[in-house]
Amino acid sequence: MSEPLAPQHGKPPGDLAQAPPTTVASRLAAWQKAGGIVVPILTAVLAFLIGGLLVLATGHNPFQAYWDIINGAGLNWLAHPTNTDVANTAAYNFSQTLLQTTPLILTGLAVAFAFRCGMFNIGGNGQYLVGLYCANWVGISFVNMTRPAHVLLGVAAAAAAGAIWAGIAGFLKATTGAHEVITTIMLNWVAYWIGNYIFQQGGPLQGATNKPLNIPISGDVAQSARIPVFWGDADLQGLHIGFFFAILCLVLFWLILSRTTLGYEVRAVGYNPDAAAYGGIRVRVNYVRAMAISGAFAGLAGGIDMLGYLYHYGTTDVQAASIGFLGIAVALLGRNTAVGVGLAAFLFGGLLYGTTHGLQSGTIDPSLAGHLTEMIQGLVVLFVGADVLILAVWNSRRKIRRRQPTAQQQQQTAEAAS
Amino acid sequence: MSTYVGTLRRSRLYDSSTVGMVGIIIGVVACIVAIPPVTARSLVWPVLLGIVAMLFGIVAVSRGAGRVGWGAIAAGILGGGLAALAMRSSVSNLDQVFTASLIASMLVFATPLTFGALGGMFSERSGVVNIGLEGMMLMGAFWGIWGADKTGSWVWGVLIAMLSGALLALVHAFFAIHLRADQIVGGVAVNFLALGITGYFFVQLYHGNNVPTGVSQIPDVKLTSERSNSFFAESFGHLNLMIWIAILFVPLSYVVLFKTPIGLRIRACGEHPRAADTVGINVYLVRYGSVILSGILAAMGGAYLTVGYLNTFNENVTAGRGFIALAAMIFGNWRPFGAFGAALLFGFSTALAFRLPVYSSNAATLFQALPYVLTLIAVAGVIGRTVPPAADGRPYKKQ
Repeated sequence: MSEPLAPQHGKPPGDLAQAPPTTVASRLAAWQKAGGIVVPILTAVLAFLIGGLLVLATGHNPFQAYWDIINGAGLNWLAHPTNTDVANTAAYNFSQTLLQTTPLILTGLAVAFAFRCGMFNIGGNGQYLVGLYCANWVGISFVNMTRPAHVLLGVAAAAAAGAIWAGIAGFLKATTGAHEVITTIMLNWVAYWIGNYIFQQGGPLQGATNKPLNIPISGDVAQSARIPVFWGDADLQGLHIGFFFAILCLVLFWLILSRTTLGYEVRAVGYNPDAAAYGGIRVRVNYVRAMAISGAFAGLAGGIDMLGYLYHYGTTDVQAASIGFLGIAVALLGRNTAVGVGLAAFLFGGLLYGTTHGLQSGTIDPSLAGHLTEMIQGLVVLFVGADVLILAVWNSRRKIRRRQPTAQQQQQTAEAAS
Repeated sequence: MSTYVGTLRRSRLYDSSTVGMVGIIIGVVACIVAIPPVTARSLVWPVLLGIVAMLFGIVAVSRGAGRVGWGAIAAGILGGGLAALAMRSSVSNLDQVFTASLIASMLVFATPLTFGALGGMFSERSGVVNIGLEGMMLMGAFWGIWGADKTGSWVWGVLIAMLSGALLALVHAFFAIHLRADQIVGGVAVNFLALGITGYFFVQLYHGNNVPTGVSQIPDVKLTSERSNSFFAESFGHLNLMIWIAILFVPLSYVVLFKTPIGLRIRACGEHPRAADTVGINVYLVRYGSVILSGILAAMGGAYLTVGYLNTFNENVTAGRGFIALAAMIFGNWRPFGAFGAALLFGFSTALAFRLPVYSSNAATLFQALPYVLTLIAVAGVIGRTVPPAADGRPYKKQ
């Protein structure tokens, strides 16, 4: 009885690799079956473990280092510290962690949405950047607008810019078959150099006051374009209501994918483009549309960051931007689901802030810890990518569980026979 | 009858694509007339030529050769625009930009790209996509300078760089080949890992400061005397040893890949691994070997960057050169000479971008995006059709 049903519970890894059109999404379908939340947690634990071993090998205390990172991310605020100084610092750190989580949710959603359509959008960083440039331009330019309209215009422009930027990759894939991984990588670098161009000395977006000082930084966005802050001081990077906007996008992501025709088509193309085409779904249109929506999420992240707390941007910021790349790890760890992306974004947001800014004690050098984040990020992506390994682990667990009842049954039949 | 129809259609297509190609050439000419040695000083010529190029393109598009036609239109706009930019500067400035040493600096910038592109080519020809070139190059860059610093010899530095690149490539190969993980995801992971590892150890070993000066450096090959300032001397007179090695590796890779049994095996694994397995080729072994070789080559490119050229290291020193190498490989259609040509083109555009500030710093920065735009155009299939190996990116399962 169990044998004919077995493929439904998860194909053995061998069959998976043999299926000729192995799109990313069809692999993903296997992951989803391979085991809910256990595997991502295992992946993250393994990555932290290896990172900890490296910390140990280079002569630091890994437990203390991780504890510092947890405190640096402000997670101790959740435990309601009694000391008011500690509580204030923790509260500030926690708000900063959420501030980092906000764009990570959106760039994670960007990668996840494209994944669901069978595409790998590595261009989150470029889309984030063009969104940011547009929001900066809108925020500086239309100074006579009132607050909600100005903010909405800036955010919409950012989303549109991201959508167009990713749409180029989708369009090229749909019309010429150019692989989206290559085109999005190239578009990342084009966005990178555009950023270096517009903010540099004499660039079109360089701030008027910065020009005589030879500082390659843009002007500040107008007060009317700034997203209201609800937790903390706006001058000290308080948490802005863009955070709720990101949460809303998580819901929107789930709604689009599971409750609309558009989402159904996107998922159908992702599972098997040939079958989708046979079923009358316009595959090419879906490629462009899915990429555009994906890019809109990433562009939105840039816009919200710019109008929420950055207010200005410079060439060095462009060169250091990596939020879009972190989105890949967020989406993969979150298994491209709305809830998963939210949780993974929180994890990486905490890591990002906890290692770079919040780190207090001298156990581990903050810049060292910052690179630890990059390594953990790499390890997470590496392990998540190895779905066959995960499937093998998961299936062996299932086999053990399945074997036990059959053994009992055999005993029972043996007893019955005797 | 059917052959007749076939030839008729083919000749019509051939005509319209020829029209498009002529349009592209005119677009390029539109740009060339504005720079030395022609140095046209009137806006009329480039604009006119640009418009003619676009017209050719439109004709080609309307007659069915879409890709080439759009390419001609793009070439017309780009050529006319660049010429208009060049027009705004004085002739003496332009002469300063287009000098003989431009060739030398083109080779300097093209060398890491050549190493990376050749490495990527071996990996992808065997059927393993290598997005991780950037990471492998970065590993070579850091461990190369570390090795040269600790051992006091650049030879050991390069060897240690090669080892580090091979190790990172081994990780990629293990996940891609044995675990059959998605190769693009694996490559992205390798890039993150390299960024983390090199950054971590740079802080750990050098406290994030600059590597001490006076680290043993890869020597230059002196073909002419120091004082000679002929065209040849300025271009090729004292190039770094690694540049010559890179140039040497191009025909070598060609011979290995296309004229030896090993190359045949590599290509067989990339085109049809099942068939290769059937005739007794160990697909796993060949793929492991190719990916590790790609890591070694990419790391050599990185080592040249730090031990040969900069003589120091800073975080993420490769700054996307691995991705340009990847682009060069695609642009060159997965072939050694094609990849080298693309690397030279990209190196030239970088070298030019470094000199353009003489008259326009703004345009110079934008110019650095040119390799990526060109690659976008190339993968879209305007300049010929890029054809990856058939089994590129497909994991193979032994039966």
